[in-house]
Amino acid sequence: MIEDIELETLINDVYEYYGFDFGSYSRASLKRRVNRIFHLDGFTHFHEFLSRVRYDPEYYKRMVDEITVNVTEMFRDPAFYRVLRNEILPLLGTKPFIRLWHAGCSTGEEVYSMAIMLKEAGLLHKSIIYATDINATVLETAKKGIFPLRMMKEYSENYRDAGGLEDFSSYYIANYGIAKFNEELGEKMVFSQHNLVSDTSFNEFDMILCRNVLIYFDNDLQKRVINLFDESLAVLGFLALGTKETIKYSISPTKYKQFEKEKIWRKVK
Amino acid sequence: MEKSEIISDCKVVIIGGSAGSLNALMQILPELRPLKDFSIVIVLHRKNTDDQTLEDLLSLKANVEVKPVEDKVPLLPGFIYVAPSNYHLLFEKENILALDTSEKINYSRPSIDVSFESAAEIYGTSLVGILLSGSNTDGTEGLKAIKAHGGTVVVQNPLAADMPFMPNNAILYAEPDFILNNHEILKLIISINS
Repeated sequence: MIEDIELETLINDVYEYYGFDFGSYSRASLKRRVNRIFHLDGFTHFHEFLSRVRYDPEYYKRMVDEITVNVTEMFRDPAFYRVLRNEILPLLGTKPFIRLWHAGCSTGEEVYSMAIMLKEAGLLHKSIIYATDINATVLETAKKGIFPLRMMKEYSENYRDAGGLEDFSSYYIANYGIAKFNEELGEKMVFSQHNLVSDTSFNEFDMILCRNVLIYFDNDLQKRVINLFDESLAVLGFLALGTKETIKYSISPTKYKQFEKEKIWRKVK
Repeated sequence: MEKSEIISDCKVVIIGGSAGSLNALMQILPELRPLKDFSIVIVLHRKNTDDQTLEDLLSLKANVEVKPVEDKVPLLPGFIYVAPSNYHLLFEKENILALDTSEKINYSRPSIDVSFESAAEIYGTSLVGILLSGSNTDGTEGLKAIKAHGGTVVVQNPLAADMPFMPNNAILYAEPDFILNNHEILKLIISINS
């Protein structure tokens, strides 16, 4: 187990050597992640690990990829996708053009889930989905639209629970343990690296999805990121967070109206 | 078993369980007294898609209020908290709960080991860990961490457990301070800080 003081040393050194600020990350999770990579890569002394991070930029990159959580799934929380399908997409559909942003998209499972929903609502042709993450490695995976075949049973159940009526397997081609999703779904996606901690707004969107990313940030950073989303969201646009996340400590409640019980808020002014 | 039967200065009682543990909780929770300056945190293996059913059931049965767990909610004494489905539950300093969606541990999210280890680090000697019925090994490493940080380790008597594998595994490897049946677990919780 690394010590608290060692974790703070690492955070300081990463900032000093690479300019990346983990200072506002939630410590409990960050410490677990650092411990995990420390043991995974066979270190026994913290100073060895620290000097490797300092002097080996390739290793630094690996460490960042590994300590940021990249676990995601298709149609996670089917109830959320049901509300999206039945309530939100019909409203977005009245617009001539729909711009969406998946912030912290990881390997892209949620982005492909969204593309499937848009396609089934007849809206994909007039949509553009920006998908960003700080981690360049996961974005490469996301661009390919290739996910492990062994996950498809669970995803197809999620899809059905989310109100999906098609044969889920019609959306991908299975081959040697992988499921390659139809290229048509990926045509409206734009992937790019974006750091929620330090980068600014880059467009105006009709819907922003950032599910289970803010849980890794402390309250101050959460507030900053929610304000970044606010700046990037058109009036009457939607913001969707994870099922256990909220905007209520970050922004004036008069500005946003929560959509039923789901963690979806509409910007009303 | 070097610990005395009387536990004082306890801040958190964390209870982990898997298959069969709900039965034990259904016997314990309805009989609780108001919690004296500590919180109870419950981490059960549960279906990913179960949004609220477990919380609703425990709320209905427990005679101590169950507070909903969201990201960064304060952990207040006197209440029960339940780890939400499909997240790991972690503890931050200053009595704050945090959530994490990282890889499943022991095929589980929430994982009992993850929450126990995190609580052990924050609460040290002020922590009581209780492991109930189940049929996998989750919880044992967590109890070892609680022990190492000076907390109190309690394991349900395998004879009283619907699924004895999990308590048995913990007894083998985690050197529990107490091995108790459901009624004795209840008595121990009621006696804390009194």
